[in-house]
Amino acid sequence: MNSSGILSVVTFVYGFTAFLYVVSWIFKKPEPGRLATWVAVAGLMGNITGIALRWMESYKLGYGHAPLSNLYESLIFFSGTLTAVYLVIEHKFRNRIIGAFTMPIAFLAIAYASLSPNVNDRIQPLLPALKSNWLIAHVITCFIGYSAFAISFGLSFMYLLKDKDTEGRHSLLDKFPHVAVLDELNHQMVMFGFLFLSVGIITGSVWANSAWGRYWGWDPKETWSLITWFIYATLLHARLARGWHGKRIAYLSIAGFAAVLFTYFGVNLLPGLHSYGAIGQ
Amino acid sequence: MASRKLSSEIFDFFASVRLTVALLLTLAATSVVGTVIPQNQDPAAYFHTFGLNLYRLLATLGMFDMYHSWWFQFLLTLLTVNIVVCSMDRLPGVWKMIAVKPVFRLSRFHNSPHHQQIAVNTPFEQIQTDALKLLSKNVGNVHTEKIPDGVCIWGETGRWTRIGVYAVHLSVILLLAGGLIGSFWGFDGTANIAEGDTISSVLLNGSTKQIPLGFQVRCDKFSVQHYDSGTPSEYRSTLTILEQGKPVLTRDILVNDPLRYRGINFFQSSYGTLPPQHLTLTFTSRASGMEYRKKIEPGQTLDIPENLGTFMVTAFHQDYRYMGTPIGSAFTGMLTPPKGTPVEVVLPLRFPKFDKMRQGNVVIGIAEAEQRFYTGLQITRDPGVWVVYTGFLLMITGCIIAFFMSHQQMCIEIHPGEASCEILIHGIANKNRFAIRKKMDGLAERLLQTPTPPAHA
Ligand code: HEM
Repeated sequence: MNSSGILSVVTFVYGFTAFLYVVSWIFKKPEPGRLATWVAVAGLMGNITGIALRWMESYKLGYGHAPLSNLYESLIFFSGTLTAVYLVIEHKFRNRIIGAFTMPIAFLAIAYASLSPNVNDRIQPLLPALKSNWLIAHVITCFIGYSAFAISFGLSFMYLLKDKDTEGRHSLLDKFPHVAVLDELNHQMVMFGFLFLSVGIITGSVWANSAWGRYWGWDPKETWSLITWFIYATLLHARLARGWHGKRIAYLSIAGFAAVLFTYFGVNLLPGLHSYGAIGQ
Repeated sequence: MASRKLSSEIFDFFASVRLTVALLLTLAATSVVGTVIPQNQDPAAYFHTFGLNLYRLLATLGMFDMYHSWWFQFLLTLLTVNIVVCSMDRLPGVWKMIAVKPVFRLSRFHNSPHHQQIAVNTPFEQIQTDALKLLSKNVGNVHTEKIPDGVCIWGETGRWTRIGVYAVHLSVILLLAGGLIGSFWGFDGTANIAEGDTISSVLLNGSTKQIPLGFQVRCDKFSVQHYDSGTPSEYRSTLTILEQGKPVLTRDILVNDPLRYRGINFFQSSYGTLPPQHLTLTFTSRASGMEYRKKIEPGQTLDIPENLGTFMVTAFHQDYRYMGTPIGSAFTGMLTPPKGTPVEVVLPLRFPKFDKMRQGNVVIGIAEAEQRFYTGLQITRDPGVWVVYTGFLLMITGCIIAFFMSHQQMCIEIHPGEASCEILIHGIANKNRFAIRKKMDGLAERLLQTPTPPAHA
């Protein structure tokens, strides 16, 4: 089986994982949750194998490069890091309901990559502008950051649900972590994500400087990553200002993740764009 | 008095985190505008899109170059002032906290929210040494204090980490300062150099100003490599630097591998082809199958043998589109048969047999065309870049310190009892409550595990 085949299977494995976490939460049965953890681990192994295989395949085609160079490859990498970061959190905090709010995101990302006709899964040779180690550092750090923000998004969602139900009437929310724990965990994820987003923007900027002679050019993609950064910086400081705990932090985190999605998918919809690395035509 | 009060109010305003939140949100919101309105386009294009009135309004607000507009720069200045004033406000206090070793006060530990209580039946002396050993592994420098009904072992670590946030804030200032230095003392231009040609100045982007380099740059050669699929894999220019006409340095540059010389950087950014200077064509007669080779120059008219008419090369095209399909660089010419109307003939450099398709009485092809490239260079100088890079490093280090390290103080309170010792563990951390809880859980677990010596019978 080639890498695309393996990754299609991983898509269904992640879908099944998400399904199990949701079932375990809704029906309050621990068994599907425990199974979900193992299925997620298996999916992650498959995900890593798929990426490694794709790397080798690119060498067989004669233009070997790390599989981090286009939309398909970055989405696959994103699903993997998101699953890995989630599994660490699950292990540390012993709560599987968070999985019901984060694994669906990992599934959607890889499903979009594998199944959408808009996403090309062919291994393509690298354009000259993409031949840089800074690119690899850039993509890896950005997507680790995005994974943390995706989890923070899931946690914010949980926070808002739990926070509404102050009297604890809704039995589906019983097993949710306490709001204070959700808030603290959310903050940890945002800090983790902010660090990696900062390193991502920095490596991108060093790369731009080595390829085009400028470290910042207000290109829409760059600008949107900065907007995302501003939103999470706001969040970090809003916690320090009085009265900004909890709910507003959750809204800011959701806005931040929307900005992440726009940076990644939406920028192509903006007017008057030229792609990175357009040269000599 | 009144003015004193006003100035302190102004100071408080600029030191407030509320202002930071407002500024960061405003910066995020306004930055969106510049991604929706394409920036730095031709005024005519804006005029066409927006109409006269809207165009005037947007132009006055600087919306067509908004990241350099007065109000965006003003927001950045406010942010800078905010950071500086806020640091002036807090740094002295933090500095004192870092410089002065805290004195032991049990009440401070009692007031912290993190406690653990356990009971062990290890003898008092032994649990004391165990706790001392354990705590010094966790926080380094440990002290023992006598308290009324027992003993307290305490220590602290990471006082210096309180500076982390200030490193992040300083890094933001360095980024803005580096940008400013670049915009005052740097430049950004482009130059196209044909193979064999030399330049000594550069045209600034978005202006008509030429800046002398102080030395010369010659392009010796330019080449493009392709993958099998036809997409480009490498652009390479061989450049020679000349000082007063004498070559001092020759190097190849690639995309992502620029040349830096005397503070000026040369980046591979584009390329193109120049009209070939010498051209040899073939004329193949359909009737006889004979092929004739002829040298020709643009503009020159030539008689084709076998009385097939005359041919003139009219133009050279960099990127020719044939029925909408790009076919690369090509010559066009005019073929005038002895009888009938002239026809246009397309001669692409890459496809010598292209003209067969026309199915005329004579097929014209290119036998030899010595093609010349020019390389397009991005030429920049930015003395601020090292300030910016320092800011980058400082920001990463500062974030790691601010997010994942903390000033931790821990205290193990031991009260000897009849059968067992009561132990209270307290922790204080300036942030990251999870980490200190975890450490305290670890301490409690280890203390419970210390083996109990056999009881005296
Ligand atoms: C783009 C600009 C800024 C960035 C990137 C930035 C970054 C940070 C970061 C990463 C933290 C640590 C947050 C945490 O530990 O959760 C922080 C804390 C803080 N920032 Fe900023 N900051 C910026 C602007 C400002 C400004 C203008 C002020 C002025 C009031 C400010 C005041 C503070 C304060 C008071 C803290 C908390 C310090 C503490 O924990 O003792 N920041 N900032």
